[in-house]
Amino acid sequence: MCETCGCGLPSGVPVTVSGHDHHDPGDHDHHHHDHDHDDHSHHHHSHEPGAEERQTLDLRHAILEKNDRLAERNRGFFRARGILVLNVLSSPGSGKTTLIRETIRRLGPRLKTAVIVGDLATDNDARRLRDSGAPVVQINTGTVCHLESDMIARAVKQLDMAKLDLLIIENVGNLVCPASYDLGEDLRVVLLSVTDGEDKPLKYPPMFHTASAVIISKVDLAQACDFNRAEVTANIRHIAHHAQLFEISAKAGTGLDAWCNYLVEQHKAVKRRDPLGA
Amino acid sequence: MHEYSIMQSALSQALREARLAGATRVHEIRLRIGVLSGVVPDALQFAFEALTPGTSAEGAVLAIDEVPARFWCAPCGKEFVSANFYSECPDCGQPSNELRAGRELELSSMEVDHV
Repeated sequence: MCETCGCGLPSGVPVTVSGHDHHDPGDHDHHHHDHDHDDHSHHHHSHEPGAEERQTLDLRHAILEKNDRLAERNRGFFRARGILVLNVLSSPGSGKTTLIRETIRRLGPRLKTAVIVGDLATDNDARRLRDSGAPVVQINTGTVCHLESDMIARAVKQLDMAKLDLLIIENVGNLVCPASYDLGEDLRVVLLSVTDGEDKPLKYPPMFHTASAVIISKVDLAQACDFNRAEVTANIRHIAHHAQLFEISAKAGTGLDAWCNYLVEQHKAVKRRDPLGA
Repeated sequence: MHEYSIMQSALSQALREARLAGATRVHEIRLRIGVLSGVVPDALQFAFEALTPGTSAEGAVLAIDEVPARFWCAPCGKEFVSANFYSECPDCGQPSNELRAGRELELSSMEVDHV
């Protein structure tokens, strides 16, 4: 089974990362974030009869597991370069790839963009995304159902990070596991298509709760699906009322301008940010 | 959700602390886990049992203190407890932005023996 999250596929297939040949990537300054352990270790000695002396160590250490450590390293790396990073998530088939491709086309020269896309197998999405003209790295996870920060760190080595403004990470289609894995992104963007059903936010709270933006996709099909916009909006507000909401049809082009303007604004905020700040 | 990896980190921190304290055996490891941390205590227990054999924590007890989720309701000026991510105040119905407790993932203390 997937060793990290325990879902059902047999392990043993390696994770591969491939992009096309590039100029030498710039030097990768991985900024190390020191982990502040609350070092208030109080040692109490209890004197009991017998050969053993039992001692209580009062620790209160945050457990930052390995993925989070690497994610923070990635974050530092992107922050130092003023790159806005998106982690795009959804069920399989909700329209991530098409949306990303059309976003890049609509953005045009406003933001220089690269993409990292994860799938269990095939480089079909990388091929589709390269139609936008952006450099794309395909990660094939083999059997792993989500992207992790070390995969991103490896993929970034295949990209020319010089002058990059925006990095879009298309996660594996899955509304469960990817929610738990910080990749070092600035914004989590969760897609929900009109064919997905209005109660998805209620069924997958951890994913939607962590969203910075929720995009209702394939709105050109809304009528054919009897899509209940009021119901889905209420459900999103219930789980993630802080999330920015967008309604887009990548195919028809509707809603793309508002979305692209939002990205341009977010990127400005990233450039203004102090790279060594919190 | 990735309890194995979390337990690996917690255990390696705990074993390091035990070594620094000059202890020979770990008797108990105590964790504080928030109910909204996404981590399931049973899965942590399972991982603990898989990881401790052969270490100085073999046979140790894993104690987990669960921390309930508490949100702050600004209009009411007080906290409320929630069992899940739904953050609407039970009194006034306003959704809260501010989770004050419930996502903890902490190695809180340990008991060690010096034989």
